[in-house]
Amino acid sequence: MTIDRNFPIGEPVLEVKNISLRFGGVKAITDSSFSVLKHEIKAIIGPNGAGKSSLLNCINGIYQPQEGSIAFKGEVLEKITPNLIAQKGISRTFQNLALFKRMSVLDNILVGRRLHMNSNFMQVAFQLPKARAEEKENLIKCEEIVDFLEIADIKNTPVGKLPYGLQKKVELGRALATEADFLMLDEPMAGMNVEEKREMCRFILKVNDELGTTMVLIEHDMGVVMDISDNVVVLDYGKIIADGPPDEVRANQEVIDAYLGVSHD
Amino acid sequence: MEQKVSNNNSFMGYTRSDLTNFLIAMILSFVAIPLVVQTDYWYSSILIPWLCLALAAIGQQIVMGYAGQLALGAAGFMAAGAFACFNLILRVPDIPFFVALGLSGLVAAAFGILFGLPSLRVRGIYLMVATLASQFFIVWMIDKFGWFKNYDTSGIITAQDIVILGKPFTSPLEMYLVILVVVTVLTILAVNMARGSTGRNWMAVRDMDIAAESMGISLLKTKLQAFAICAFYCGVAGALFAFTYLKSLEPVAFDIKLSFKILFMVILGGLGTISGAFIGAAFILLFPVLLNSVGNNVFHGAIDATIISSIEQVVFGVLIIVFMIYEPLGMAKLWGNIKQRFSRNK
Amino acid sequence: MTEVLFFIEVVVAGLLAGTMYSLVALGFVLIYKASATFNFAQGAMVFFAVLAFVGFMELGLSFPVSFVVTVLLMVLVGFCTERLVLNPLMNQSEDTLLMATIGLGFVLEGLAQAAWGVEVRRLDLGIGDFPIEWIIDVFGLFVSALDVTAGIVAAVLIIGLALLFKYTRMGLGLRAVADDPGAASSIGIPLKNIMLLVWSAAGVVALVAGMMWGARAGVQFALVDLALKALPVLIIGGFSSIPGAIIGGLIIGATEKVLEVYLGPFFGGAIEGWAPYVLAIFFLLYRPEGLFGEKIIRRV
Repeated sequence: MTIDRNFPIGEPVLEVKNISLRFGGVKAITDSSFSVLKHEIKAIIGPNGAGKSSLLNCINGIYQPQEGSIAFKGEVLEKITPNLIAQKGISRTFQNLALFKRMSVLDNILVGRRLHMNSNFMQVAFQLPKARAEEKENLIKCEEIVDFLEIADIKNTPVGKLPYGLQKKVELGRALATEADFLMLDEPMAGMNVEEKREMCRFILKVNDELGTTMVLIEHDMGVVMDISDNVVVLDYGKIIADGPPDEVRANQEVIDAYLGVSHD
Repeated sequence: MEQKVSNNNSFMGYTRSDLTNFLIAMILSFVAIPLVVQTDYWYSSILIPWLCLALAAIGQQIVMGYAGQLALGAAGFMAAGAFACFNLILRVPDIPFFVALGLSGLVAAAFGILFGLPSLRVRGIYLMVATLASQFFIVWMIDKFGWFKNYDTSGIITAQDIVILGKPFTSPLEMYLVILVVVTVLTILAVNMARGSTGRNWMAVRDMDIAAESMGISLLKTKLQAFAICAFYCGVAGALFAFTYLKSLEPVAFDIKLSFKILFMVILGGLGTISGAFIGAAFILLFPVLLNSVGNNVFHGAIDATIISSIEQVVFGVLIIVFMIYEPLGMAKLWGNIKQRFSRNK
Repeated sequence: MTEVLFFIEVVVAGLLAGTMYSLVALGFVLIYKASATFNFAQGAMVFFAVLAFVGFMELGLSFPVSFVVTVLLMVLVGFCTERLVLNPLMNQSEDTLLMATIGLGFVLEGLAQAAWGVEVRRLDLGIGDFPIEWIIDVFGLFVSALDVTAGIVAAVLIIGLALLFKYTRMGLGLRAVADDPGAASSIGIPLKNIMLLVWSAAGVVALVAGMMWGARAGVQFALVDLALKALPVLIIGGFSSIPGAIIGGLIIGATEKVLEVYLGPFFGGAIEGWAPYVLAIFFLLYRPEGLFGEKIIRRV
């Protein structure tokens, strides 16, 4: 798999240094550092409550870590907000689905095109040529994504009415629509059956292969993680206990202990 | 909800059924009604207030139904628009009516931005309380500073006549046509925004603000924009309401009861649809008329007028509860369901 | 010296009037704590309760009998609300519930007016809105007897409710329900009874608040607008805190009086109408959870 990739793995693109996050007295993440290489698929694994989603939420700017720094493409990001991160070219999906429930599938994906649409509300209100051309152009892009994800038959359905697995797919579509070169997927396969998981893996690998998108994904299914990721970070109790290629991590004694539930003293 | 069509059968993004509906509405409102309806009562007591309040309801719809911000102060923005229009016509010589109207909307929009600021920090009932501040403050300010009322002490100021290109528009039919033009234009603009990227941004913020932000939507800009546009629509509606329906300017006409009325129009009409604003406004306006005529014709005035207005309140309240339980998307959705059932049966 | 005395007088009058806001806010907090519902209808309940009370008095019922009958009526209102409005809306969004209670408010206002008419009624509790002689003699302050009574009644009511919730089984159940309704009902706490109790308690609080307001300003529709001021009180105090409701009421009462007396004359008066709301906005900007509310961390 690593032999003839269209986009060979490169230099670190995201560098998380010594971040700590606390909610009141509860420590969610303690002094954690890791980096993500360009074009790689990096998995974050760990038991429930280990702080995986919190880690993504820190990178995304939803939570503000009390300590540490995050650098993207060599630039240390100050005062991170979800908006800034979006503009920098990082997109994501959410653990518990954060779709726009009353909007159609296509509209949800179109929102992903937000940063590619610059008509202001006056241009939209008066349907000036610029607004119309832009709308059409982005609609075509979104139709492509809909076709790629094989959800064309439901594109006009409000997402709130779709089953969970399809909603996960729509959320991936929305993230893809941003054309971000760095994608964070928070449990993209949760609640899916084997068939659906396989399909999702295919999409993820295809995106990574064809577009060179760097991916960070949180996943519980070890089989999936070992199959598709280039590197794996293991979190336990808010600390990183291992970071490396799947085979290496699998053999790590600390990781085995964490998963088998050896008591911490 | 709204159908996206990417084929070539559309004109400027409108589907064929959009255009037919639009054409029917235009023929009905510009040709059929003026030809058929001859009594002034229908214009001055039904059609004129309906269009004015529907316009305000579109504003409320934008901020609440689309952007999901629970605001309760539409009447305050209407008051700002009405008194801005009065003062512009009074103090700026030869200002064209439509220019004054547009500027009034902008004045209201400025208030909208100011009182929309709390929406950046809070939501739900917290925001509702913050917007109540605008309701009470604006009406108080107009009432207490004589300049706004041109130092009139009688408390009731007669609105100026509407003059367009030297021609006064004073009969009910003429005023109806003026309003109709304004409402038509603003409705088209609202539909365009609602269906375009502007509306998508609003709805994204409404449905899941954190995800919207992660897609690059600025919550600050989007919320304030919705508040500004809402207030603009309310401001224009307030000016028209004062100049054509009330024919006078009194701050008390824009009290919190009117804000509640507009809120109800949007909730009952259907949150998140422009047509809901029209349906809701029609219902809130026509139901009391119906109730009164039942009171007069069936019971021959045996029922006290205050009882009738109390019953009206109870019915509105019950309907809100019933809709919240059974069809939170209101009458517009009900109507859609009925249409769908009929077309399926064919 | 007289200026200082006058200032103290204004503040005291404001604080005592504030207890009336606290009373309205209290009913709101009770319901919010038990069901996480913003009960917009609390103001309408105040109006409904006191109008019913006056209505029963006019029928010739004695004061205590009217009081008891009205309390029973408020329990009935609570029962109907629980069955017909809240139950069907279980698990709906906060905004939906809020809008439903706005509807409920209109129903109650309409029903009250349909049943008892719209005229302004006088309510004589036998306590005048006059200064108390001995306070004038001792401190040189003019303090209204009605205000003082309202303050005492509010204090008694609050202590009573606090004891009820702290030391009875029902109270324990209530706190469990407030914490997690699902878990509470799954261990056999009768959710419905608790809701009924809370709505009834809110009804009684509404009645008392209405009687205090009614004695001062007459029993009339304007009470609904006055009761609306409980909302800024809640924002300042926090929606889920009984002490917050009290202190919020006192802050609003004192601030609006001081502003009205000292700033009002420069602006033609009636600052009271909006000052509480603007004050609430400032609190929202600096402390959105209120003085005593719990800080909300949004999870994603």
